[in-house]
Amino acid sequence: MAGVLVLLSIALITIYFRESSGGGLHQVQSVGATVLRPFEVAADRVSRPFRDAYGYFAGLVHAKSENGRLRRDLDKWRQEATQNAYAASEKTDLLKKLHFVNSRSFPGGFGFVGADIISQPPTAFAQQVVIAAGSASGIRKFDPVVTGEGLVGTVVRVTHKQSLVALLIDDTTSVVALDVKTRAQGIVKAGSSFDHVGKDQRVEAGDKLVTAGWKLGGLSSIYPPGIPIGQVTAVGQNDVDLYKHVKLQPFADFKTLSSVLVLIPKNR
Amino acid sequence: MIADIAKGAAVLFVAAIVQVTLLSQIDVFYGAPDLVLVTLVAVALLRGTIFGAAAGFGAGLVVDTATLQTLGVSSLLLTIAGYWIGRYGETTGRDRSHAPFVSVAVVTLLYSLGALILHYMLGDPASASRVLLDAFPFELIFNLILTLPVYALCRRLFRPPPTGLEEVRLLG
Repeated sequence: MAGVLVLLSIALITIYFRESSGGGLHQVQSVGATVLRPFEVAADRVSRPFRDAYGYFAGLVHAKSENGRLRRDLDKWRQEATQNAYAASEKTDLLKKLHFVNSRSFPGGFGFVGADIISQPPTAFAQQVVIAAGSASGIRKFDPVVTGEGLVGTVVRVTHKQSLVALLIDDTTSVVALDVKTRAQGIVKAGSSFDHVGKDQRVEAGDKLVTAGWKLGGLSSIYPPGIPIGQVTAVGQNDVDLYKHVKLQPFADFKTLSSVLVLIPKNR
Repeated sequence: MIADIAKGAAVLFVAAIVQVTLLSQIDVFYGAPDLVLVTLVAVALLRGTIFGAAAGFGAGLVVDTATLQTLGVSSLLLTIAGYWIGRYGETTGRDRSHAPFVSVAVVTLLYSLGALILHYMLGDPASASRVLLDAFPFELIFNLILTLPVYALCRRLFRPPPTGLEEVRLLG
């Protein structure tokens, strides 16, 4: 009996396997499936609430693990996005410097050394930064420091591999400057005021200031002429003071400064 | 006997329908409980070779028909399984408490192997590592969990066959 059933099974497999999809066994199976259909539907409906409950709890477990995985992914993508944003801003910064180096406003007779800022001002009192280049790169004290936007400051101390730069906004920094439009001359102090501008000279809000780069006998300014400093934001005067009161906004953004160019005279 | 056939057909039919509609959707590393196999093992242990083989053949036909698979594949495997477990039940296994669990464990393994070989022979894509390494452990666990309640139910439905000892009465 069992042998007959086994042989019958093998015969079924063989015939089913060899016949076309419209063959007799296929049609019998189709009819059988149709007959079984109501039972399957009934079983499906009966079991639906249990399956839904199972699916709900399984979904909760799955959602919990998926939540953990997605959070890890999110952290990873967030880090990558931050790195990309940083790389993009650095690229923009470098392009500005490159543009400045290749532009006509870059002072003639000067080379440059690019350096990252490795230390930011620790307090609001000393507006100084440490850059990752020193005398080994040819930097000397009082070398001017710039970015693509304009003047940043002056090197005030040099070691072999590092230099201390006093920023334009430091209280000790003074730069003889020139109003590009009116040729009015004065001294930019601490990056915020344009002093010693006589009342007879004309300065207007919006005027751009650049380094004057003066020469007097054997003496000369440490800053080459024509480096952008900032833009005049307000002009005023009174009867008591000898000079105008001129406020300016530096072109360089000292809050986001990450690297600079140190200008080095070629004839040194 | 006819009552047994009717009960066996009903039990295996329900098992097959539950299997194809509900249990086959459970998927833990490709492993799912096989209620038809466990029910067949229980029935075959209690009713022997012929009953087991016939029940396996019928249950396989229902499964293959309902799932529109190659007709005869499940029948062949379940017929052999039913016969073999029936033989075990007729000889040494029936009265042993561990028999259902041992039978289910062994048959689950052999059924997986047989199905794999058969599908290879028919040219179906089948991954041996998926069937034997991934799915089998979970399928075995599921089937062993099902064994106790299914065997208890079948034992209530299929009372042990008379052994002849009932007819002996001590007179006097």
